[in-house]
This record gives sequence, C-alpha cells and structure tokens, in this order.
Amino acid sequence: MKFAVLVFPGSNCDIDCYKAVEDGLGESVDYVWHTATDLSAYDCIIVPGGFSYGDYLRCGAISRFAPVMNEVAKAAEQGKYVLGICNGFQILTEAGLLPGTLRRNMSLKFRCHDTVLRVDNNENPFTSLYAAGEEITIPIAHGEGNYYCDEATLAELQQNKQIIFRYTDNPNGSVDNIAGISNQRGNVVGMMPHPERAIDAVLGSVDGKKMFTSILKAWRDRHESASVR
Amino acid sequence: MSQQVSAKEPNPEQIAEQQIYKQMGVSDSEYELICGFLGRKPNYTEIGVFSVMWSEHCAYKNSKPLLRRFPTSGPRVLMGPGEGAGIVDIGDNQAVVFKIESHNHPSAVEPYQGAATGVGGIIRDIFSMGSRPIAVLNSLRFGKLESDRVKYLFEHVVSGIAGYGNCIGIPTVGGEVVFDESYDGNPLVNAMCVGLIDHDKIQRGVAKGVGNPVFYVGPPTGRDGIHGATFASEELTEESEARRTAVQVGDPFMEKLVMEACLELIDTGIVLGIQDMGAAGLTCSSAEMASKAGNGLELYLDEVPQREEGMTAYEMMLSESQERMLFVVEPKDEAQAREIFERWGVICAKVGKVTDDGRLKLYHHGEVVGDMPVTALVDECPIYDKPSAVPAYYEQNANVDTLRYDEVKDLGAALDQVLASPTVASKAWVYNQYDYMVRTSTAVRPGSDAAVVTIHGTRKALAMTTDCNGRFVYLDPEVGGRIAVSEAARNIVCSGAEPLAITDNLNFGSPEKPDIFWQMERSVDGMAEACRELETPVIGGNVSLYNENAQGAIYPTPVVGMVGLVHDTDHITTQGFKAEGDVVFLLGDTKAELGGSEFQSVIHGLVEGRPPQLDLAVEKKLLGAVLEAIQSGLVRSAHDLSDGGLGVALAESCISGNLGAKVELASELRTDVFLFSESQSRILLSAAPEQADALQQLIEGKGVPVTRIGNVGGTELNVSVNGTAALSRPVEQLKRTWEDVIPCLMK
Amino acid sequence: MIKASVYVTIKQSVLDPQGVAVQGALHSMGFKEVDSVRIGKYMELVLDTHDRAEAEARVKAMCEKLLANTVVEDYRFELEG
Repeated sequence: MKFAVLVFPGSNCDIDCYKAVEDGLGESVDYVWHTATDLSAYDCIIVPGGFSYGDYLRCGAISRFAPVMNEVAKAAEQGKYVLGICNGFQILTEAGLLPGTLRRNMSLKFRCHDTVLRVDNNENPFTSLYAAGEEITIPIAHGEGNYYCDEATLAELQQNKQIIFRYTDNPNGSVDNIAGISNQRGNVVGMMPHPERAIDAVLGSVDGKKMFTSILKAWRDRHESASVR
Repeated sequence: MSQQVSAKEPNPEQIAEQQIYKQMGVSDSEYELICGFLGRKPNYTEIGVFSVMWSEHCAYKNSKPLLRRFPTSGPRVLMGPGEGAGIVDIGDNQAVVFKIESHNHPSAVEPYQGAATGVGGIIRDIFSMGSRPIAVLNSLRFGKLESDRVKYLFEHVVSGIAGYGNCIGIPTVGGEVVFDESYDGNPLVNAMCVGLIDHDKIQRGVAKGVGNPVFYVGPPTGRDGIHGATFASEELTEESEARRTAVQVGDPFMEKLVMEACLELIDTGIVLGIQDMGAAGLTCSSAEMASKAGNGLELYLDEVPQREEGMTAYEMMLSESQERMLFVVEPKDEAQAREIFERWGVICAKVGKVTDDGRLKLYHHGEVVGDMPVTALVDECPIYDKPSAVPAYYEQNANVDTLRYDEVKDLGAALDQVLASPTVASKAWVYNQYDYMVRTSTAVRPGSDAAVVTIHGTRKALAMTTDCNGRFVYLDPEVGGRIAVSEAARNIVCSGAEPLAITDNLNFGSPEKPDIFWQMERSVDGMAEACRELETPVIGGNVSLYNENAQGAIYPTPVVGMVGLVHDTDHITTQGFKAEGDVVFLLGDTKAELGGSEFQSVIHGLVEGRPPQLDLAVEKKLLGAVLEAIQSGLVRSAHDLSDGGLGVALAESCISGNLGAKVELASELRTDVFLFSESQSRILLSAAPEQADALQQLIEGKGVPVTRIGNVGGTELNVSVNGTAALSRPVEQLKRTWEDVIPCLMK
Repeated sequence: MIKASVYVTIKQSVLDPQGVAVQGALHSMGFKEVDSVRIGKYMELVLDTHDRAEAEARVKAMCEKLLANTVVEDYRFELEG
C-alpha cells in the first residue's frame, strides 16, 4: 500500500504522519508537495496538521486552493482513502470534501492534552479494528477545533453514521461532541485529534495505531477481493 | 533623495555638539573612542551602528569580565560561547545545540509580540547553526498574580509563546513560571531552544572568501524594533512604555518557511557562513560575520528588500524586523541557493560582498553612507569593571533567625496553602496552551522534573530543564548560583539523564549600582563553581541587565537551562508514584533551612535569612548515585525536592501518580520545619518492593544518606512524624487545590 | 482604482465565542447596555479597475470563494472611488 503525506507551506505534522506510516505500519510513504498535480500512485492520502499558510484568514481557507487539492478531490471520488487530521480536517471542510466547519474553541484558547474518544462507527475503513463504542486516548492540539454544522447536516451525519469519533469530555464546544466525521461514502475522514501522536508507548499512548492498521486492512481486503476476481 | 534624507538627520557636527549619541546610549568617552577609530566624527548612520554594537546586549560590556569566569570547555563541547548557540556531542556523530535568550523588555511593553518574537529569535539562533530545532522551553517570571496588569502580562506572554511555537511546529516542552512581587513591572521572559545536528553539518556565522556574495533572506525590512538592542539595555520608564514602536511583530509562518529553506540550503553543503539577524539586525549580523572571518563587508542598501517607502540607511541597518537571515555562498552556487528560497516562497536578495579591507562599508543611493572598521565595531567596545559592594540587606540577613516564627500546627492546612501558591501550583493552564507533542518525540511532557524528548531512530533521548530560585540568589548570590545549577542537574538526573552542559540567562538590575553588580559577581562565581564540580560547562547564554523600575530591581535571576543525555529510553523516569506497595525513599539530609523557602514566603510573608546551604561534593555524590540507580532499573519514580520541600514533593508525586502514600518520618527538627525546609541535595525515590533493598544498598554504598520513609498506596497522603500524625489529605483534594489555583485566578 | 472594504462576521445563528467573551468583559467594566457583540474581520482591497459593476461582481466572487466561509460567516462590502 502506498501513502502520500501532503505538505503545504506551514504544515508541521507532516513528519509525524510520515513516521506513523513508516515506523508504525511499515508501508511505503512519500511527502507530496502542495503543487503536485498527480496523486494516482497513492492509495491513501493524509492531509496533516499544522498551520498551512499560517492559518491566516481562516484555517485551511488558502490551502484548499492549492493545486494538489484538485487531485485529492479526484482521489476521494475514486474511492481512495483520504484522512485529514487537525489542520487537514479544516482543509477538507473548506474544500467541501467534508460537511461543516471548525470554529474557535469555546475557551478561545489553544488546547493541547489527551482526550478520550468513543469510536461511534467502527464499520468504516479507518476504524474497523476498533470495537464499537471503544474508548481510546488520543491527544488534541488545536485552537480551532470546535466543529459546527447546521441541524439538517447534523441529522444527516447522525443518520448516515458519519460521526466516527465523539469526545467523552468535549474540550472545544463541538456540536454533538463530534471529534471526527466521514463523508457519506466513508472513504474520507476528518478528525481534530491526532492519531499519529498515539502510536508509541514511550510517547504515552498506542491507541491511534489501529487507525492506521485499519486503513491497511481495508486496502488489503479490497485489494485481495479484487485480485481474486 | 539621499540629500533629502540626510537633511532630516543631524550631521556629524550636530551629533557632536548636541551630544545626540547620548540618546543612543553612547557615553562621552565612548564617543571619543569612536571618533578615534574613524579618524573623524561619525555620521548619524555610523553612530547608530556603533551604539547597537557597543550596547550591553551585543558587546556584553558590563558582564564580559564575569562571563570569563565560567568554565566553557569540556570533552563533549564542540562549540562554546560566541556563535549563535553552543554545541555538545552526544555520540554517533550527533550533537545537541542549545541556547537561552531573554526578551524581557519587549515583553514588558507588548507581552504577546515580545514573547512571540523572543521564541522566534532563539529558534533562528538554533537553525542558523544548521541544526533542526526539536524543542522550546520558557522560563517566566511575573509579579504577584493579583493585579490586572500582571494577569494581562501573564496571559499574553503565554499566548505569544503558544502562538509562535505552535504555528512553527516546534514543541514547547517545559520551563518554569514563578510569581513574585520583585518582578512586578519587570517580567522576565527567557526562551530556550534545543536542536539536533550531525557533526558534519555544523555551520558558523562567517563571511568567508573575498569577493563572495552576501545574501539576505526573509521578509522585507520595515521600521520595526529600531534600537531594540539599546532598548533592552536600559531601565524601564514611562518613556519606554511610550516607545512601543520599538517592539517587533513576529510571523511564525514566515519563520517556518525560512527555517525549512535554510535547513535545505545548509543540507546542500554550499553555505560558507550563515547567521540570523537578531538584535541590531543587519548591523550585528554583517559586522559579526565579517569579524569572524577577519574580512570586511560591503552592503548595498538599495538592494535590501524594504517593506516601507523612503527608509534611510540608519533605519535599514538598525531595523529588527523578524525572521531574517544573512548567508554567504560562492558565486557559482548562487543559482542553487536562489532556487531553494524560490520554492519555499521566501525572498532572497544579494545585498553585499565579502571584502578584504576589514571595513563595513554601506552604500545607499550611489553614495558611501557608512565606513567603519569591523574590529572597532565588534572587538573594541570598552569593557567596564563595575564597582561592587556588599548590600546592607545581605549583612542584616546574617543575623536573622528563621526559626523564630511560631510553630505551625495545622500542617495539612499549611500544605494546602503552599500547594496553592501560584509558583508551586500546577502550570497546566499554561502548558495546555502549548503544543508540546508536535514532532511526536515528547516522552516526558511538561509538569515533571525535566522534559524528555526522544531522538528518532535511536534509543537515546534528551532531558531538558530551566531552573533558578531568585529568592535564594537574592539572599546569597553565591549559594543561590550554586543551587540554580545543582537543581537543574537534579531535575535532569531525576528524569534518567546524564547532565551535559548549561546555557545561562543572567537577568539582573542595573550594573551601575554596586549592590547589583555584587549580586552578579557572586552568583556567577557560584554558578561557575557548580558547573566545574558537576562537569556541566557553560556553552552559551545571554545577559539581560537593567531589569528594574522605580520600585527597585528584580531578584537576581540567573536562569540555568540544562540539557542531559538519556542513554536509553528505558531509563526515562518521572516524578509520579507508579504502583501500590512501592517503597518510598528520601535521599539526603534535611536541615532547619527555611530562609528563602516557599513556606517562609507563603505562611509568614517573609523573604529573609540565609538560603539553604549546598555542598557541591555532596550534590555530586547524590546525582551519581541516583543516575546509577535509575540506569540499573531500580527506580520507579524520582522527584527533586525544591519549592515547598518534602511536603510538596510528596504531594506532587502522589498527584502525578494518582496514588496515595503512607509515610512515617523521624526527625529532631520541628515538624513544620522538617516538612517545609528546602534543604538542598535531596531526592525522593520510589522502588518496587522486590527491588527496594537493592536500591537502598546501592545508594548507601555511594555514601549518600538514604531513609526508607514509607509506601505508595491508597487514595490519601498520610504523613506521621516521630509516631504522631502530622497530616492527612485525600490525593483528589490535594490535586484540586494544586490544579485549580491558576485557572481560578485567571478567570 | 477602487477600494473595497469587506466585512466578514459570524452568522447570527452561530455562536461567536469571542463576541460572548468581549461582551462579558464589557459588562464587568460597567458597560451594561451592551446587548450583544459580534466579532468579525475587516479587509481592505485596492482593485486595479474603474468599472464598479465589474468590481462588485469580482469582490462578491472573492468573498464567496475565499474571504468568507459561508457555512458560518456572513459578508458585506462597500466600494469607494
């Protein structure tokens, strides 16, 4: 399986995502520059955290116009896996690949600490190795992670089981305690917490690792069934 | 154009007659010297350049004789003071680069930007050495957390640090925050950055090779921060409040791009010299680079990217616009360098040339607007040996009996009060605003004795801390200096690391005052002794003087930033108790030492007497024993006894571990004194029951006093002394007391 | 040259935590009459054109595409010159 980690000016969790795939998963991974115009070689695209373009204007607002984002949209359409973490989640909502938006934290302060998430949908390529309702410890680090969408959209998210993770103790004011969502098809996921920061016991938690192994499993399942046919 | 501009500026005669140089902090005798070096009277640009090069901030003219007393070399030191940052070998062709720097004065007038640009500046110091920054720490001091002004400063300094560090993506992993009246109006904001480098990538700020081009990279120059270096070298007054324009504005996004581009450039191996433009901007960076190569430099100021229209030579040379660097490559490598900056979207302009005449020559609008000998700028600033005198308060304190206070009987309440002192209380409100995990290497997060950051691809890690107890230094600068270094070493060792070296930030009042100069001298002596004994040389640092206002000077605060090497991540140790039944040991001797203690200050409202004594030979033995015990796998938790003594250390180990403890102590001291004395060279350890004997034997074998004082377990901290119950508190309650203070005060 | 002044504010239906905080601060300072505070962004754009109708259409497009996030933000603008 081949992963791409996108690099925008101001991305700063790109290295962490790269390490998570390389060390944690042992799969092949490349940094892909924001100007790239071809993602066809990749099976999973990670949009990492950071402060792309300084988060000036609005988080993710400028990055969504980077050339590579057209390719991300194409990849999503082709059913490839797209994972946006933190700033990556913000970019995916700005790009319209995921509904809603991220506002300033209710506390108005940047918050960095562990949070406990509940896996609310494990029937998804990104979470299949977690148990339904499993509680996992994943850190957050953001100033604008307060998820918002209107009521109609929320009802849709709930109905389609697009809410993947909920906070057990809401740190930022997100509606319905939302920590991570998927698109309707389930192949694009955005989340504020950082699973790539929870894959090494020395650093405090390994609860994020199953997210990466789930993606690999989903890809293998699909790949194997395809080659059997 | 140039005529118009110079018409606004005083001419050399006017500068001399009206003594305009004095407004820039240049004395009459210094002015005479400058005239001598030039063979004529300096023009406005030249006197401006000299004034910043000859400021305390750049020339250390009041502190150099003291800095020479520090040991600066050692078997592991690859680069000592003098470059952007010091470098220490950590084996396997790797080295650690670190430095601390102050941004006190800018933070006092504009806390958010002052702190943010302080962080930005120290990060540039680290990557200009060719090193990848891996962590930032901060040592902060504020007045009592009561007035609106102090709360405002505290809140905005913290968000400035967060704003810069979080955006650039370097974790802010630790540091300290202290609140004390003496910093009212003079907050201290010291930022330390730590980086990693391969030996063969080490860069120097040298303008090598006559004829080579000099490049400017980073955002265009504006009028920000003009005279920041001299601003940092004088006392804060109402007038300086009005000079807010002297504070620069930081752009962490730009710095991230500049950093990535510079590291990529350095990686190519074509860079001959690189230096950041920090204090005194273009002036200091160009003069120093020329000086280190023994060369001269020509600058073509029309080529300097400019943000504002009509900037004068004076303004461009003195601007402290942020995120700018200067580098030299050979002409043949120019295109390659330019391509890198273009890709990162960073401006890169050829602004000068290396020359062989030893002069810094400035061209603007086709005229020579400045022509100065480089050595005069960099090396010839007069060094002052200031008079020093023992202050009256020091003599008076010799006779203070710190045991004269009534015995405190309710020790539980006393512990609550000390834990609720903002200096002791949990700093989660602060560090939860910092991204301390980005780069996924933070093994020990803020809140333990020292932060620990792993080195990717190895079993090694780096422990880092900043420490200084200003009250101790005030009461006895020499002992306080020794304690600052020793406490830092103790924190490093408690985390499982071997202390390597220190960087220091000497924060003092005005050196013109003999009392203050005496504090400087004595504390430097104390630090130097400790550095020699503990084999932790000083590899760089910073001096911040004139930290005083109408109410007086700050406590002398020589902050120590120390880095240690964890040889194997298995050795990483934290302060929290780990498991029910573990055995708790107290190492070291407890004496009746309340002078300068948190207890004395919180309970009795006093800061007096002599501080705790510190025997460096004893300290060294303790550190060696604990490190060996940790490396032998015998230690479950380790915690240095500092503010609040044994009482607070026990409470913190319980809170961090979310476990209670039952402790039985025996002592001839009065119980309140025993629990809150801040005697030095003490550490609290816990060990698994099956390893307790081995641990005790190891420690005893090293000649270190060790007492088995109890066991971890339950949900309460219970302490009895000489068979009598002394205090009992549910851990949950201690935790609330300790955690709620700062959030409540900041609501 | 036409100068466009663009105002972007959080929609009335969406909570503005900054606005709430500032309102609270104003109240505690005695400015009790402050009924609500909405915090937004103000941007000045200088456009190299003299065609007002074109400028109007272009600025609207800029707001829709980039300057505002219409999920949570409203915008309005004024043209001068």
